[in-house]
Amino acid sequence: MYAYDKYDQAVVDARVAEFRDQTARRLAGQLTEAQFRPLRLMNGLYLQLHAYMLRVAVPYGTLSSRQTRMLAHIARKYDRDYGHFTTRQNIQYNWIKLEDAPDILADLASVEMHAIQTSGNCIRNISSDQYAGASADEIADPRPLSELLRQWSSFHPEFSYLPRKFKICVIASAEDRAAMRLHDIGIELVKKDGVIGAKVFVGGGMGRTPMIAPEIRDFVPFDEVVSYLEAALRVYNRYGRRDNKYKARIKILVHEMGAAEYTRQVEEEFAHMKTLGLDPPVAELERIAAHFAPPPYKSGLTDEIDRSDPDFALWVDTQVKAHKQPGYAIVNISLKPIDGIPGDASSAQIDRIADLAERFSFDELRVTHAQNIVLAHVKKADLYEVWKSLKADGLATANLDLITDIIACPGLDYCSLANARSIPIAQKIAARFADAGRQKDLGELKLKISGCINACGHHHAGNIGILGVDRKGVENYQLLLGGSGAEDVSLAQITGPGFDENGIVDAVEKATEVYLAHREADERFVDTYRRIGMKPFKDVLYA
Amino acid sequence: MLEFFTLRHDQTATEAPAVTLEAFAGQSNAAAVRIEAGEDARELLSHLDRLRLVEVNFPVFGDGRGYSAARILREAGYEGELRAIGDVLVDQIGYLVRCGFDSFEPDQPLDPIALKAALSRFPHHYQKTAEVDRPVWALRHG
Amino acid sequence: MNILTGNDLATGDVIWWTGNGWSRHVEDSVDVGDKGAEIAQAEVAARRSNEAYVIDATIDADGKVRPAHIKDRIRALGPTVRLDLSLKPADPSVGNWVI
Repeated sequence: MYAYDKYDQAVVDARVAEFRDQTARRLAGQLTEAQFRPLRLMNGLYLQLHAYMLRVAVPYGTLSSRQTRMLAHIARKYDRDYGHFTTRQNIQYNWIKLEDAPDILADLASVEMHAIQTSGNCIRNISSDQYAGASADEIADPRPLSELLRQWSSFHPEFSYLPRKFKICVIASAEDRAAMRLHDIGIELVKKDGVIGAKVFVGGGMGRTPMIAPEIRDFVPFDEVVSYLEAALRVYNRYGRRDNKYKARIKILVHEMGAAEYTRQVEEEFAHMKTLGLDPPVAELERIAAHFAPPPYKSGLTDEIDRSDPDFALWVDTQVKAHKQPGYAIVNISLKPIDGIPGDASSAQIDRIADLAERFSFDELRVTHAQNIVLAHVKKADLYEVWKSLKADGLATANLDLITDIIACPGLDYCSLANARSIPIAQKIAARFADAGRQKDLGELKLKISGCINACGHHHAGNIGILGVDRKGVENYQLLLGGSGAEDVSLAQITGPGFDENGIVDAVEKATEVYLAHREADERFVDTYRRIGMKPFKDVLYA
Repeated sequence: MLEFFTLRHDQTATEAPAVTLEAFAGQSNAAAVRIEAGEDARELLSHLDRLRLVEVNFPVFGDGRGYSAARILREAGYEGELRAIGDVLVDQIGYLVRCGFDSFEPDQPLDPIALKAALSRFPHHYQKTAEVDRPVWALRHG
Repeated sequence: MNILTGNDLATGDVIWWTGNGWSRHVEDSVDVGDKGAEIAQAEVAARRSNEAYVIDATIDADGKVRPAHIKDRIRALGPTVRLDLSLKPADPSVGNWVI
């Protein structure tokens, strides 16, 4: 994975010093909160429901074991001994003190990490495919371009006070494992005439008005991606709405202007930007790509897995995916134990995951947007030992993409924006469907819960989505069906009136019963829904 | 505390007040113009040779349209004074300079110590702009 | 009744106006009537609180202050899903009080 050179380190260190100075000025009263807020947000520091919350960047979801251990250390030393992995592959700490924040950033900088631009109206963490570098279906590893764009977007002088936040995702396969089409800018690496470049989608997003990003350009060569994105961002910076916070994302601009007009304006700006020498030379992308060379795989390894332990076999069938290299496999670590909190991990668990990454996966792990962890390069011969270790730490739940692998935002338990609690709903649903056989029978069923309309739980992209609302001071839950964040992207539709906190669990169960009653052949839940439509579900839900 | 600050070594461009963009087009002898946040800097591109001062207003510091206006002017070859006015805080100075602003007249005076720190805070920059000739990638590849 | 709440600037702790200072315990809150905004302005200016605002509360059957909205009760005590992290981890009735 990428390693900082002296320039990267100097930039991060300068940022730490800058924030230390800004914090001191705030504490001394030289900055008001109104002046300080955007500055601390650009370092990922929110004032949240219980305390300050810090969101640490995990660029394109990739971590070394050393970095992972630092995340555990921060949880222990500065927080309450746990962290929360987010739907943008980052990690959050909920109990941070402002007076500690500069030291935390300094600790992060010592392991080449930061919290730069994880909040604020600027370009956020570049997300990517959690199977990058391991999956046979990728055209190339999407992370070198992601790293190039991370640097390009850091402290960008023109784009640090955008109308609103800006999220970019880069994938490199036809299968979309990162919800790319639901980003402000989504990039898919594609090949044209034997050359790899970027297909660019602009204007996706969830939140109040979910939209799927239309394709704006079918191919941008690598050595022009930066000037193309500069053009795309400049049009947004100049013309994105600033009168209404809920209409300020680029998806609204593209929608209101029309994709064709937006495309035309970007092309015009791009023609100009291309001449300015903004693009790094191809040598720079090659320099970065060298850090992502395949690890030193051993050859001649066995592809056999001893399945005599049924619990291990179940875990293999659910959590382990095919690797492009013979003898190796991709391991998914569930952070969704049945009675746990989705995406949370204790400092001890984080340390243990670091150990496993170091020992069994070439010192690297990934965070997924579904709030789980991936060890991308595990020898099949090591799978049993990895599983036993995970089991000892409560990390061996076998539920990847099953109904209990729930994406849930922190909700009203943690978030001042929320209208309802989401975590207790996730726990109730997980308890209802805990039986492994039942889950397996239901098959792939991506359930996503948001505690408010901002949709951090991605409920629009859930095969089953749940949206918490405030109904006259009481928590209420709307049910949505038929969404998908994969390459078959679709937005979930609301079923009808909402349910209370127990009713929503029954409603989810009824929806699964309708699916089972109508399922044909290998249909997944979302396939059956798409075939039979909403009516059979409504009839049962509101009978 | 500084109510006005310039990086330019020449004198302040003009004593005449900056006219609005709308008025500028009709006044062939105006050498100073003020652009509001939503106005299009490209309307000035055919007049750059007679312009000596462009003021760009930031009504609130969170409104970042002025950064694009500045870059557009510098990209087009404007070499006169480019002044950031309005709600400009010392914490935006680094970005403003890199977009091409070379003078500042903020609503709230600037602390000279904080200003000096802000100007020299970052030794390197990742992005090429008209003001940053050698971004990090250029330093890496010579 | 109206009670005033904020966050400690340096630590971020949730704090409640007691009438002559700030407490971390909501039961120490006093009714600020219509003086909340005025008190808030003075306290924030003096940096004794970072942001402060008025919320609605009642007195419950035990004579204790109880914020009217569940969000404020969660803020007063802690996340309902981690009662071990609440302000009163040893108190078994905490969960019921919030909900």
